[in-house]
Parts: sequence; C-alpha cells; structure tokens
Amino acid sequence: MKKILGLAAGVLALVAVNSAGAGEVDNSPVLKRIAERGVINMGHRESSVPFAFIGDDGKPQGYSVDLCFKIIDEIKKVTNKPDLKINFVPVTSQTRIALMANGTIDLECGSTTNNLTRQKQVDYLPVTFITGTKLASKKGSGINEIEDLDGKVIALSLGTTNEKAIKRVAKEKGLNIKYVMVKDHPQGWLALSSGRADAYASDHVLLFGLISKSKNPGDFQVTGRFLSYDPYGIMVPQNDSIYRRLGTVVLADLMRSGEINKIYNKWFNPGPSNINMPVSDTLGVAFEIQALPH
Amino acid sequence: MNYNWNWPVLITDPYFGWIVSGLGWTIAVASASWVIAFFLGSLIGIMRTTENRILLGIGTVYVEIFRNVPLLVQMFLWYFVFPELLPESAGNWVKRGIPLPEFWTAVVCLGTYTASRVAEQVRAGITSVSIGQRYAAKAMGLKPFQVYRYVLLPVGYRLIIPPMTSEFLGIFKNSSLALTIGVLELTAQTRQIEEYTFQGFEAFTTATVLYILVTFIVMTIMQIVEKRVAIPGMVSLRAK
Repeated sequence: MKKILGLAAGVLALVAVNSAGAGEVDNSPVLKRIAERGVINMGHRESSVPFAFIGDDGKPQGYSVDLCFKIIDEIKKVTNKPDLKINFVPVTSQTRIALMANGTIDLECGSTTNNLTRQKQVDYLPVTFITGTKLASKKGSGINEIEDLDGKVIALSLGTTNEKAIKRVAKEKGLNIKYVMVKDHPQGWLALSSGRADAYASDHVLLFGLISKSKNPGDFQVTGRFLSYDPYGIMVPQNDSIYRRLGTVVLADLMRSGEINKIYNKWFNPGPSNINMPVSDTLGVAFEIQALPH
Repeated sequence: MNYNWNWPVLITDPYFGWIVSGLGWTIAVASASWVIAFFLGSLIGIMRTTENRILLGIGTVYVEIFRNVPLLVQMFLWYFVFPELLPESAGNWVKRGIPLPEFWTAVVCLGTYTASRVAEQVRAGITSVSIGQRYAAKAMGLKPFQVYRYVLLPVGYRLIIPPMTSEFLGIFKNSSLALTIGVLELTAQTRQIEEYTFQGFEAFTTATVLYILVTFIVMTIMQIVEKRVAIPGMVSLRAK
C-alpha cells in the first residue's frame, strides 16, 4: 500500500511539475538564464572526497555531484531542454560564495556548511550530510579532547568553520592554545605529522579521509566530541524561490523514496576510498524530516 | 549580480582590527625581509664582480638557486623541509622553540629570495661603471676594498635606484605569499574576513587599495632618496 501511495505521489509530482513548467521558467531568473544559454554552470570542489572530487576520467564525481545530476535532470525536464549542456566550474572554499553571488555558477556541489551568515549571500537546498569539528592527533600523544591541548599547538585551516569553532571553544574554556594557520588539508596534515602541531582540527569525515590516505594510518586517531555542528547543503543563488523549490522537490523525493540511501552508500559505505561510514542516526532523522510530502 | 554590498562591515569590530593587524604584519614581513635582501644581496652582488674565482662561484650558485626556484616552493621548503634536515633538537627548536616561527621563516625566505634579485641589480650597477675607473683606482694604489668603497659602489648604487625601487615594491607584494605558511598578513586577514562575513568583494577591494597606498608611499620615498643623493652632472637613468 505504502509503495503504491509513493508511486502515486511520484506520478502526481511529475504531472504537477510538468504542467507548471512554462510559467516557472519565465518567473525564475536562474531557470530562464539556463534555458536561454542551453548550459548550466555547475560549480564543484576538486578534492572534497567523497563529496566532489576529480575522478580518473578527469570529471567531477562524488556524493554531492550525483545529487546535483539528479537536480539537473529535473531542470532538463522543466526547461524542456533534454540536451542541456553541463559546464563544470571548479571552485574552492574561498571562491564558491563569490562565484555564486556574481552569477557565474548556478549550482554548487561540494562540502559546504549551511550557516546563517552565508545565507545573507546564497540559499541552500535541504541538508544532505551532517558532520562537525573533531581533532586528529597522534595515538599515544594523550590528546583526546580539546582541553588536553592547553599549552600545546593546533593546526587550523584558514577560513574554515573549524577554525571558528576551535577558537570559540578555546576562548570559552580559557585554554591557552597556540595556533598554526595552514592553507589547506594536505598542509594541515603535514603540520601534524611533522610534529609542528600536536593536533589538526577539521570536519570529522574529512579527517577520516586524511588518515586513510596517510603513510601510517595506524599512528593517528580522530578524537574528541563534536565541537561544532556542520550540516552540508547544495548551494543555489539567492532570491529565486522557484529554482530553489525545484531542487528541494528533487531532494525531498529522493529522501522519501529512500533512493538517497543508495546514493549515500555508493560513496560512504564503504565507498571508493574505503571510508566506511554508514548513515548516522542524525543524518537518518534529517532525511526523514526533510522528506516533505507533496 | 546578486550580491548584498555591506561596506560598513569593514569598520566593525573585530574586522577593522584584523585589517590593521594584517597591514602591520605585511609591513613587518616586507621591511625585515628587505634588510636581509639589501645587505645579503649587496654582498652577493659584489662577490659576483670580484676577480676571486671562489667568491665568483659562490655568488653565481647562490643567485641561480634562489632566483630560479618559485618563491611559493621556497616558502614551502623553508617551512616544512628545512627543519627536517636539521638535527632533531634543532629542528624542533625551529618548529616550536623560536617565537613566531611562521614570521621568521617567511622573513628568511623572502629575504634570501629577494637578495638574489638585488644581487643582480648590484652587479649590473657595478659593471656599468666603466672598467677604466676600476683600473684608474687600482693604479692610484687603492686596495680592493677601497676600490669598491670609494669608486665603484657610490656610482653603482646611484645608478640602480630605479630597479631597486621595483625590488622593494616587489617584496611588499610577494609578502602576501607568507599566508601560505600561516602568517596572518593583509591578504590572509582579507580572506579571513571573507570567510567570516562573506563580504569578499569589500574586503579584497580594501586590501587592493591598501597595497596600492603602501607601494605609492614606498615609491615616493625612493624618489626623494634618489633626488637627495644625486650628484649633479653624473650620468643617471633619470637624466635621460
């Protein structure tokens, strides 16, 4: 019965979207410009494994990228352009907001935390992954929580939510921690493994990735409680509720039908880089809550 | 463009303080590096004009190494590789013992790199003094040190003030690479502000204006220096 209902809902949704198609495109600046150009500019990260990274074929792939492809399929239908071309635009943590705000990219697929300050410049689709700040340290170094870092050195990646989280907690607790600022994840890892820093802080999913790629994975640990809450979302341009709704509908459908779990497992459980992260309880709940009905 | 401009954010706390501190570090890194670059560069440049083969060789090797490796790579080598080449205790001291390890690493790196460029300017300045003056000075019985001190250098340095100005400006702009090893200078603070406020356009515009301002001040100072040390009647690049 449930299945039939789901199917019916799906069919209804399709009909609803198709019938509203023409008007929607005209009233949505982003859909209109995509339809006029016949090209969608998809922004993507290049080394956010396994969210968006460059595969062996030189093309972006990953969990976020797969979700974006689903949204683009829907855009093809709505704009009535089955041969819509995808133009891949690589972005970094520094360029992604600016490129979205100035209209260069129509969609950003990577590992971007949805937060309220960023929402002053961009909009987000529903949360598709949940992580938070944790520490990576050498096993046996006695560093398990941030409190253990009093008087020690931590490496932080410049301009990340992790940096803000660590500095905030350190201030609250009155900890005397020395900071080594690094440019990106590989350098942060180098600072930790070469002994310049006692710990490196990042999103826990990314730390697992770094450890799995290091020379001696057995020497390092991901440790401590979550020091921040980082829900990832696909970014879309601001002030276009029709376009944003289109993406929300696609993701809600995936979450309702459970298809998102299949896509998730493809990249995380175990995933091509052996990350072995089943859907967490919080993420499972998030999928349920965001599976809005039609 | 779908962007919410917000200029006042730059003068709010703590962002204004970040810009000021960033500018301070940029000036500190550039000035400290320039001291190294000027003295080391002059020494190497002079070595490359002497008649001593060993000194010549050392100077040439130095210039070729430091001038031909990209600055970004040098930054990385000094910061991550150099401490590993030292004995462990010394390496640890470089990594964690000295105060402000990032700052001093950046200063040494930028200083030694720019020294190779300054050396070439100094060499050019000295060799552009006609060889007859060198012979004449020797014929008058001046010792090699005196030949340089009283004949070659006073003329040579005056000739190269304009290209040296370019090097001095370059060191300010190159100091932005110090952010890659974690010195929170102007560009790094600008990025920081962008990440906190997402008002990147305002922050980078401010940084651009500040860099132009600093380099303009440097240019003005160097022009004053050039005028004050000019010897009337002596050939200089400005006279043309």
